[in-house]
Amino acid sequence: MITENLVGEIYLVCGALLFVLGVHALVVRPHLLVKVLAVNIMGSGVFMVLLTAASGPDLIDPVPHALVITGIVVAVCASAVALALMLKVRAATGQARLPSEAPED
Amino acid sequence: MSRPRLSHVLTSLLAGALGVALVLILLELPAHSGLAEPVTEAMDRSGVGHEVTAVLLNFRGYDTFLELAVLLLAVWVAWSLGRQDPVPARSVRGPVLRGTLRHLVPVAVLTGGYLVWVGASTTGGAFQGGAVLGAAGVMLVLARPRSLPRVPRLGLRFVVALGVLVFLASGVGGLLGGHGFMGYHPDWAYALIVAVELAAAVSIGLGLVLLFLGGRVQGDDDDH
Repeated sequence: MITENLVGEIYLVCGALLFVLGVHALVVRPHLLVKVLAVNIMGSGVFMVLLTAASGPDLIDPVPHALVITGIVVAVCASAVALALMLKVRAATGQARLPSEAPED
Repeated sequence: MSRPRLSHVLTSLLAGALGVALVLILLELPAHSGLAEPVTEAMDRSGVGHEVTAVLLNFRGYDTFLELAVLLLAVWVAWSLGRQDPVPARSVRGPVLRGTLRHLVPVAVLTGGYLVWVGASTTGGAFQGGAVLGAAGVMLVLARPRSLPRVPRLGLRFVVALGVLVFLASGVGGLLGGHGFMGYHPDWAYALIVAVELAAAVSIGLGLVLLFLGGRVQGDDDDH
Protein backbone atom coordinates (compact mmCIF):
# COMPACT_ATOMS: atom_id res chain seq x y z
CA MET A 1 0.00 0.00 0.00
CA ILE A 2 1.22 3.46 -0.87
CA THR A 3 -0.53 4.92 2.19
CA GLU A 4 -1.20 3.37 5.54
CA ASN A 5 -4.12 5.47 6.72
CA LEU A 6 -7.74 5.99 5.77
CA VAL A 7 -7.28 9.67 4.85
CA GLY A 8 -4.64 8.71 2.30
CA GLU A 9 -6.97 6.14 0.76
CA ILE A 10 -9.77 8.72 0.59
CA TYR A 11 -7.35 11.10 -1.18
CA LEU A 12 -6.39 8.41 -3.70
CA VAL A 13 -10.02 7.53 -4.43
CA CYS A 14 -11.01 11.20 -4.76
CA GLY A 15 -8.05 11.84 -7.05
CA ALA A 16 -9.09 8.96 -9.29
CA LEU A 17 -12.69 10.23 -9.21
CA LEU A 18 -11.65 13.75 -10.24
CA PHE A 19 -9.53 12.35 -13.06
CA VAL A 20 -12.41 10.22 -14.36
CA LEU A 21 -14.87 13.13 -14.11
CA GLY A 22 -12.44 15.19 -16.17
CA VAL A 23 -11.97 12.47 -18.78
CA HIS A 24 -15.73 12.02 -19.11
CA ALA A 25 -16.42 15.74 -19.54
CA LEU A 26 -13.50 16.06 -21.95
CA VAL A 27 -14.98 13.36 -24.20
CA VAL A 28 -18.70 14.13 -23.87
CA ARG A 29 -19.01 17.91 -23.72
CA PRO A 30 -18.59 19.72 -27.05
CA HIS A 31 -18.00 23.20 -25.59
CA LEU A 32 -14.31 24.12 -25.62
CA LEU A 33 -14.43 26.00 -22.30
CA VAL A 34 -15.78 22.87 -20.61
CA LYS A 35 -13.00 20.85 -22.22
CA VAL A 36 -10.34 23.21 -20.85
CA LEU A 37 -11.93 23.00 -17.39
CA ALA A 38 -12.08 19.21 -17.72
CA VAL A 39 -8.34 18.98 -18.40
CA ASN A 40 -7.74 21.16 -15.32
CA ILE A 41 -9.89 18.87 -13.17
CA MET A 42 -7.97 15.84 -14.49
CA GLY A 43 -4.80 17.63 -13.45
CA SER A 44 -6.18 18.27 -9.97
CA GLY A 45 -6.85 14.55 -9.60
CA VAL A 46 -3.26 13.76 -10.58
CA PHE A 47 -1.97 16.34 -8.09
CA MET A 48 -4.03 14.77 -5.30
CA VAL A 49 -2.54 11.36 -6.04
CA LEU A 50 0.98 12.82 -6.16
CA LEU A 51 0.53 14.58 -2.81
CA THR A 52 -0.76 11.37 -1.26
CA ALA A 53 2.27 9.53 -2.59
CA ALA A 54 4.49 12.18 -0.95
CA SER A 55 3.10 11.59 2.54
CA GLY A 56 5.27 8.91 4.04
CA PRO A 57 4.89 7.46 7.53
CA ASP A 58 7.79 9.43 9.01
CA LEU A 59 9.33 11.69 6.34
CA ILE A 60 7.44 13.77 3.79
CA ASP A 61 8.90 13.42 0.30
CA PRO A 62 9.49 16.98 -1.01
CA VAL A 63 10.03 15.97 -4.65
CA PRO A 64 6.33 15.31 -5.47
CA HIS A 65 5.46 18.63 -3.81
CA ALA A 66 7.92 20.37 -6.12
CA LEU A 67 6.45 18.46 -9.07
CA VAL A 68 2.94 19.56 -8.13
CA ILE A 69 3.82 23.24 -7.83
CA THR A 70 5.64 23.10 -11.15
CA GLY A 71 2.61 21.32 -12.59
CA ILE A 72 0.24 24.00 -11.30
CA VAL A 73 2.14 26.77 -13.07
CA VAL A 74 2.38 24.76 -16.29
CA ALA A 75 -1.36 23.95 -16.08
CA VAL A 76 -2.19 27.64 -15.65
CA CYS A 77 -0.06 28.51 -18.69
CA ALA A 78 -1.59 25.73 -20.80
CA SER A 79 -5.11 26.79 -19.78
CA ALA A 80 -4.40 30.41 -20.68
CA VAL A 81 -3.09 29.41 -24.12
CA ALA A 82 -6.07 27.09 -24.65
CA LEU A 83 -8.51 29.85 -23.69
CA ALA A 84 -6.79 32.32 -26.02
CA LEU A 85 -7.10 29.73 -28.82
CA MET A 86 -10.76 29.20 -27.87
CA LEU A 87 -11.45 32.91 -28.28
CA LYS A 88 -9.85 32.74 -31.73
CA VAL A 89 -12.07 29.76 -32.64
CA ARG A 90 -15.12 31.72 -31.51
CA ALA A 91 -14.04 34.74 -33.52
CA ALA A 92 -13.55 32.57 -36.62
CA THR A 93 -16.59 30.28 -36.46
CA GLY A 94 -19.00 32.21 -34.25
CA GLN A 95 -19.15 29.56 -31.54
CA ALA A 96 -16.69 28.09 -29.07
CA ARG A 97 -17.64 24.46 -29.53
CA LEU A 98 -16.65 21.58 -31.72
CA PRO A 99 -18.93 20.94 -34.71
CA SER A 100 -21.57 18.34 -33.85
CA GLU A 101 -21.04 16.45 -37.12
CA ALA A 102 -17.79 15.23 -38.55
CA PRO A 103 -16.54 17.28 -41.50
CA GLU A 104 -17.02 15.62 -44.87
CA ASP A 105 -13.85 14.68 -46.66
CA MET B 1 -33.07 10.19 -29.85
CA SER B 2 -31.98 6.65 -29.07
CA ARG B 3 -28.45 6.97 -30.45
CA PRO B 4 -27.24 9.85 -28.27
CA ARG B 5 -28.75 8.14 -25.22
CA LEU B 6 -26.91 4.92 -26.06
CA SER B 7 -23.63 6.82 -26.46
CA HIS B 8 -24.21 8.57 -23.12
CA VAL B 9 -24.71 5.22 -21.39
CA LEU B 10 -21.63 3.85 -23.13
CA THR B 11 -19.36 6.78 -22.18
CA SER B 12 -20.61 6.70 -18.60
CA LEU B 13 -19.94 2.97 -18.38
CA LEU B 14 -16.45 3.40 -19.83
CA ALA B 15 -15.69 6.26 -17.45
CA GLY B 16 -16.92 4.16 -14.52
CA ALA B 17 -14.73 1.26 -15.60
CA LEU B 18 -11.74 3.58 -15.89
CA GLY B 19 -12.46 4.92 -12.40
CA VAL B 20 -12.70 1.45 -10.86
CA ALA B 21 -9.48 0.38 -12.58
CA LEU B 22 -7.65 3.51 -11.41
CA VAL B 23 -8.81 3.10 -7.81
CA LEU B 24 -7.77 -0.58 -7.79
CA ILE B 25 -4.35 0.25 -9.24
CA LEU B 26 -3.75 3.22 -6.91
CA LEU B 27 -4.68 1.23 -3.81
CA GLU B 28 -2.33 -1.56 -4.91
CA LEU B 29 0.69 0.69 -5.47
CA PRO B 30 3.63 -0.59 -3.45
CA ALA B 31 4.90 1.40 -0.50
CA HIS B 32 8.13 3.27 -1.18
CA SER B 33 10.45 5.55 0.69
CA GLY B 34 10.66 8.08 -2.13
CA LEU B 35 13.42 10.65 -2.22
CA ALA B 36 12.89 12.08 1.25
CA GLU B 37 16.11 10.64 2.69
CA PRO B 38 18.53 11.75 -0.09
CA VAL B 39 17.01 15.24 0.04
CA THR B 40 17.34 15.42 3.83
CA GLU B 41 20.98 14.32 3.62
CA ALA B 42 21.82 16.99 1.03
CA MET B 43 19.96 19.82 2.80
CA ASP B 44 23.07 21.28 4.45
CA ARG B 45 24.59 21.92 1.01
CA SER B 46 21.43 23.43 -0.51
CA GLY B 47 21.68 26.92 1.00
CA VAL B 48 18.05 27.03 2.14
CA GLY B 49 16.16 25.49 5.02
CA HIS B 50 13.02 24.25 3.30
CA GLU B 51 13.08 20.96 1.40
CA VAL B 52 10.61 21.92 -1.34
CA THR B 53 12.48 25.16 -2.07
CA ALA B 54 15.76 23.24 -2.13
CA VAL B 55 14.34 20.77 -4.64
CA LEU B 56 12.78 23.50 -6.76
CA LEU B 57 15.64 25.96 -6.89
CA ASN B 58 18.72 23.82 -6.30
CA PHE B 59 18.45 20.06 -6.82
CA ARG B 60 15.98 20.28 -9.71
CA GLY B 61 16.71 23.81 -10.86
CA TYR B 62 16.31 22.69 -14.45
CA ASP B 63 12.58 21.99 -13.95
CA THR B 64 11.90 25.38 -12.43
CA PHE B 65 13.95 27.12 -15.09
CA LEU B 66 12.00 25.39 -17.85
CA GLU B 67 8.76 26.14 -16.02
CA LEU B 68 9.57 29.85 -16.15
CA ALA B 69 10.36 29.34 -19.83
CA VAL B 70 6.91 27.74 -20.27
CA LEU B 71 5.30 30.82 -18.72
CA LEU B 72 7.29 33.06 -21.07
CA LEU B 73 6.30 30.86 -24.01
CA ALA B 74 2.62 31.03 -23.02
CA VAL B 75 2.74 34.83 -22.96
CA TRP B 76 4.51 34.68 -26.33
CA VAL B 77 1.78 32.46 -27.81
CA ALA B 78 -1.02 34.60 -26.39
CA TRP B 79 0.60 37.71 -27.87
CA SER B 80 1.12 36.01 -31.22
CA LEU B 81 -2.62 35.31 -31.41
CA GLY B 82 -3.39 39.00 -31.43
CA ARG B 83 -4.32 42.01 -29.42
CA GLN B 84 -6.24 41.71 -26.17
CA ASP B 85 -9.98 42.25 -26.23
CA PRO B 86 -11.06 45.22 -24.14
CA VAL B 87 -11.94 44.04 -20.64
CA PRO B 88 -15.76 43.90 -20.66
CA ALA B 89 -16.20 45.94 -17.50
CA ARG B 90 -16.80 49.54 -16.59
CA SER B 91 -14.97 51.50 -13.94
CA VAL B 92 -16.91 51.75 -10.72
CA ARG B 93 -17.46 55.32 -9.56
CA GLY B 94 -17.06 56.38 -6.01
CA PRO B 95 -14.35 56.30 -3.38
CA VAL B 96 -14.85 52.75 -2.03
CA LEU B 97 -13.12 50.79 -4.78
CA ARG B 98 -10.29 53.30 -5.08
CA GLY B 99 -9.71 53.38 -1.34
CA THR B 100 -9.83 49.60 -1.03
CA LEU B 101 -7.33 49.19 -3.85
CA ARG B 102 -5.04 51.80 -2.32
CA HIS B 103 -4.80 49.62 0.78
CA LEU B 104 -5.06 46.16 -0.77
CA VAL B 105 -2.39 46.44 -3.45
CA PRO B 106 0.44 47.46 -1.09
CA VAL B 107 -0.62 44.70 1.28
CA ALA B 108 -0.57 42.23 -1.64
CA VAL B 109 2.91 43.39 -2.68
CA LEU B 110 4.12 43.06 0.90
CA THR B 111 2.54 39.60 1.22
CA GLY B 112 4.07 38.48 -2.08
CA GLY B 113 7.51 39.70 -1.06
CA TYR B 114 7.18 38.05 2.33
CA LEU B 115 6.13 34.73 0.75
CA VAL B 116 9.20 34.79 -1.50
CA TRP B 117 11.55 35.61 1.37
CA VAL B 118 10.03 33.10 3.79
CA GLY B 119 10.20 30.36 1.13
CA ALA B 120 13.87 29.90 1.98
CA SER B 121 13.08 28.61 5.46
CA THR B 122 9.47 27.40 5.51
CA THR B 123 6.39 27.08 3.31
CA GLY B 124 6.32 29.75 0.61
CA GLY B 125 8.31 30.55 -2.46
CA ALA B 126 8.47 32.28 -5.81
CA PHE B 127 5.26 30.81 -7.18
CA GLN B 128 3.12 31.58 -4.18
CA GLY B 129 4.51 35.11 -4.03
CA GLY B 130 4.14 35.53 -7.78
CA ALA B 131 0.54 34.35 -7.63
CA VAL B 132 -0.26 36.98 -4.96
CA LEU B 133 1.43 39.68 -7.08
CA GLY B 134 -0.51 38.45 -10.13
CA ALA B 135 -3.77 38.60 -8.18
CA ALA B 136 -3.01 42.21 -7.22
CA GLY B 137 -2.32 43.00 -10.88
CA VAL B 138 -5.55 41.35 -12.04
CA MET B 139 -7.42 43.33 -9.37
CA LEU B 140 -5.92 46.56 -10.69
CA VAL B 141 -6.80 45.64 -14.28
CA LEU B 142 -10.40 44.83 -13.34
CA ALA B 143 -10.79 47.98 -11.27
CA ARG B 144 -9.62 50.29 -14.04
CA PRO B 145 -10.45 48.42 -17.24
CA ARG B 146 -10.61 51.55 -19.39
CA SER B 147 -7.44 53.22 -18.22
CA LEU B 148 -4.74 50.55 -18.12
CA PRO B 149 -1.34 52.08 -17.51
CA ARG B 150 0.80 52.56 -20.58
CA VAL B 151 3.97 50.61 -20.07
CA PRO B 152 7.06 50.88 -22.26
CA ARG B 153 7.28 48.00 -24.76
CA LEU B 154 10.83 47.02 -23.99
CA GLY B 155 10.35 47.31 -20.23
CA LEU B 156 7.34 45.01 -20.29
CA ARG B 157 9.17 42.35 -22.27
CA PHE B 158 12.24 42.66 -20.08
CA VAL B 159 10.29 42.17 -16.84
CA VAL B 160 8.38 39.14 -18.20
CA ALA B 161 11.69 37.55 -19.21
CA LEU B 162 13.51 38.65 -16.04
CA GLY B 163 12.98 35.35 -14.19
CA VAL B 164 14.36 33.28 -17.06
CA LEU B 165 17.27 35.69 -17.57
CA VAL B 166 18.34 35.78 -13.92
CA PHE B 167 17.96 32.00 -13.59
CA LEU B 168 19.98 31.47 -16.77
CA ALA B 169 22.70 33.89 -15.62
CA SER B 170 22.93 32.12 -12.27
CA GLY B 171 23.04 28.73 -13.99
CA VAL B 172 25.78 29.77 -16.39
CA GLY B 173 27.64 31.31 -13.45
CA GLY B 174 27.55 27.93 -11.74
CA LEU B 175 28.89 26.32 -14.92
CA LEU B 176 31.77 28.80 -15.12
CA GLY B 177 32.45 28.37 -11.40
CA GLY B 178 32.87 24.63 -11.81
CA HIS B 179 29.64 23.55 -10.12
CA GLY B 180 27.93 22.39 -13.27
CA PHE B 181 25.06 24.05 -15.10
CA MET B 182 22.40 25.22 -12.59
CA GLY B 183 24.77 24.45 -9.74
CA TYR B 184 25.63 26.85 -6.92
CA HIS B 185 28.65 27.38 -4.76
CA PRO B 186 27.39 26.33 -1.30
CA ASP B 187 28.45 29.68 0.25
CA TRP B 188 26.57 31.66 -2.41
CA ALA B 189 23.56 29.38 -2.70
CA TYR B 190 21.27 31.30 -0.34
CA ALA B 191 21.84 34.71 -1.94
CA LEU B 192 21.56 33.33 -5.47
CA ILE B 193 18.39 31.36 -4.69
CA VAL B 194 16.68 34.39 -3.10
CA ALA B 195 17.70 36.58 -6.06
CA VAL B 196 16.41 34.01 -8.56
CA GLU B 197 13.20 33.62 -6.59
CA LEU B 198 12.57 37.36 -6.41
CA ALA B 199 13.09 37.77 -10.15
CA ALA B 200 10.94 34.70 -10.82
CA ALA B 201 8.12 36.01 -8.60
CA VAL B 202 8.04 39.35 -10.41
CA SER B 203 8.04 37.60 -13.80
CA ILE B 204 5.35 35.14 -12.72
CA GLY B 205 3.14 37.92 -11.36
CA LEU B 206 3.41 39.98 -14.53
CA GLY B 207 3.09 36.88 -16.72
CA LEU B 208 -0.15 35.88 -15.00
CA VAL B 209 -1.59 39.37 -15.51
CA LEU B 210 -0.60 39.31 -19.19
CA LEU B 211 -2.13 35.85 -19.62
CA PHE B 212 -5.29 37.14 -17.93
CA LEU B 213 -5.44 39.96 -20.49
CA GLY B 214 -5.08 37.26 -23.13
CA GLY B 215 -3.27 39.17 -25.85
CA ARG B 216 -0.93 41.99 -26.71
CA VAL B 217 -1.60 44.94 -24.45
CA GLN B 218 -3.55 47.87 -25.92
CA GLY B 219 -1.16 50.54 -27.07
CA ASP B 220 1.68 48.06 -27.51
CA ASP B 221 2.19 48.55 -31.24
CA ASP B 222 4.58 46.53 -33.29
CA ASP B 223 4.43 48.82 -36.32
CA HIS B 224 7.63 50.60 -35.48
